[in-house]
Amino acid sequence: MTAASHAGPGVAPAAPDPGPPEPAPRPRPRPLRRALTRALPVTPALVVLLLFLAGPIAYCAYLAFTDLQLTGQAHSSFVGFANFRRAFQDERFLNAVWLTLVFTVLSSLVGQNTLGLALAALMRRASKPVRTLTGGVVITAWVLPEVVAGFLLYAFFRREGTLNALLDQLHLPSQNWLFTLPILAVSFANVWRGTAFSMLVYSAALGEIPKEITEAAEVDGASGWRRMWHITLPMIRRSIGTNLMLNTLQTLSVFGLIWVMTRGGPGGRSQTLPLFMYEQAFQNSLIGYGTAVALLLLLVGSLFSVVYLRLLRTEV
Amino acid sequence: MPRTLAARRTRHRLAADAGLLAVAAAFALPLLWVVLSALDRHADLRVKAPDGLTLDNFDAVLNADVTFTPLLNSLILCGGATLLTVGCAALAAYPLSRFRSRLNRPFLLTILFATSLPITAIMVPVYALFVQVNLIDTRQGTILFFAASQLPFAIWLMKNFMDGVPKELEEAAWTDGASSLQSLVRIVLPLMGPGVAVVTVFSFVVMWGNFFVPFMLLLSPDQMPAAVSINEFFGNRGMVAYGQLAAFSVVYSTPVILLYVLVARRLGGGFALGGAVKG
Repeated sequence: MTAASHAGPGVAPAAPDPGPPEPAPRPRPRPLRRALTRALPVTPALVVLLLFLAGPIAYCAYLAFTDLQLTGQAHSSFVGFANFRRAFQDERFLNAVWLTLVFTVLSSLVGQNTLGLALAALMRRASKPVRTLTGGVVITAWVLPEVVAGFLLYAFFRREGTLNALLDQLHLPSQNWLFTLPILAVSFANVWRGTAFSMLVYSAALGEIPKEITEAAEVDGASGWRRMWHITLPMIRRSIGTNLMLNTLQTLSVFGLIWVMTRGGPGGRSQTLPLFMYEQAFQNSLIGYGTAVALLLLLVGSLFSVVYLRLLRTEV
Repeated sequence: MPRTLAARRTRHRLAADAGLLAVAAAFALPLLWVVLSALDRHADLRVKAPDGLTLDNFDAVLNADVTFTPLLNSLILCGGATLLTVGCAALAAYPLSRFRSRLNRPFLLTILFATSLPITAIMVPVYALFVQVNLIDTRQGTILFFAASQLPFAIWLMKNFMDGVPKELEEAAWTDGASSLQSLVRIVLPLMGPGVAVVTVFSFVVMWGNFFVPFMLLLSPDQMPAAVSINEFFGNRGMVAYGQLAAFSVVYSTPVILLYVLVARRLGGGFALGGAVKG
């Protein structure tokens, strides 16, 4: 569906003519002028994107090499790679990198992705009312504003919250989750909030597998797990790739959820890179250093983004 | 063997139902808390039956300071940015969908690349940039940035929806001498009503829930949207009134849930995602 299919049927690809023949016989303006007139409607979007998206990204790449501070400094100067050298010697930065990794693997790769697939697979067998109810609840968690989701899970994991109340009733040891295992709590929060996306993607993907294939395997007596592993998963592998990439990119930029639940604490034990970046830039007033961290995050994001494009390209 | 197969199917269905219900219960607990606490005079942090239903919490928050001003701010920011996004996206999608050009492919790939960039990462430089050009703490600045961050996905979606509108009708209009703009506004957009609705609702819902952008770009409390002002409940008011926090959360979340239901109903299930993810 992308530009790949633009060379539609009946168009000789060798034709050097920049435009296809017009359907209606009318006087043809010169090709260049016509191309410009046609591209005119793109201008507003292009201006907004260049000024407010490409601009900041370019500015980010510049600021990361300066020592700009929030206050009390007339001029910033170019400092080369100093911010990056500083980052890789900064234990708190390395801690944030590690926590980002844990957060991403736990909540996106393991949590959202697997749970989403499991839900989608179960939904194909379940009865309609159960399917509708589960879908409704899971999607509501996804549609809620980020900050509200943060508060709901803050209440859930607090010492006097719902989770501990449940554990007490089952006579299991309760604890102050946001203090003892903050990264686990925010990871669960991200699973709660983000699973719906994977569920929808996988529901669509599973719906496209022809029924005959799964039925044939079922009649042959292949067990549920074997069918999943040998038939279903290979058939939806492209959706798995796309979904993993999108989940990961979304998880890399989670800020509000963690901010509301723990502010990155206690003692930086749930401080992922976006929160570290914010703290350096605004609480420590080191805009240059914060931006360097931002640039690293952006680079990692771009890398994933490129992989995602590749995956899409094989599909379209 | 058909009977055993049928029996096995029933067993599978029951197992699947049980599994789904367990997950649904776990997901529902936090949602139950917010609904029950909003109606509870003595709300705390755990899910429990309210001691007597009351609307006092809603009474306490439904005033200009706490609720109406922040919601109006949210509406101005997200409404303005959504209009800008949808307008620009519709215009940009038209030539991309209708005319062949060597630039289409690189442009679309760049757009697709931009859809998945972590916007969070550029907020610090955006802040620094906005301070330089005096856009910090202004509504127009925030609206423009919101629109820019949402535009790549909106263009991509809009183009895919537009590809689904057959070209024949427009070709007739072109022969009658209609301009591109006329055929876009009079023919294509009306034919892709559901698509435009999806792009509009999706952009609005995403911005309505966004916390980081207004948190960074706006400073004065009277301009803050609900996404940021909700933190006031935890501010320097001493004891947190959880019932009121819950009531505010319900009021603030309801519009986006309704919008989602409206669109999902009309388009069925996973609406835009199929098209969006698979290109």
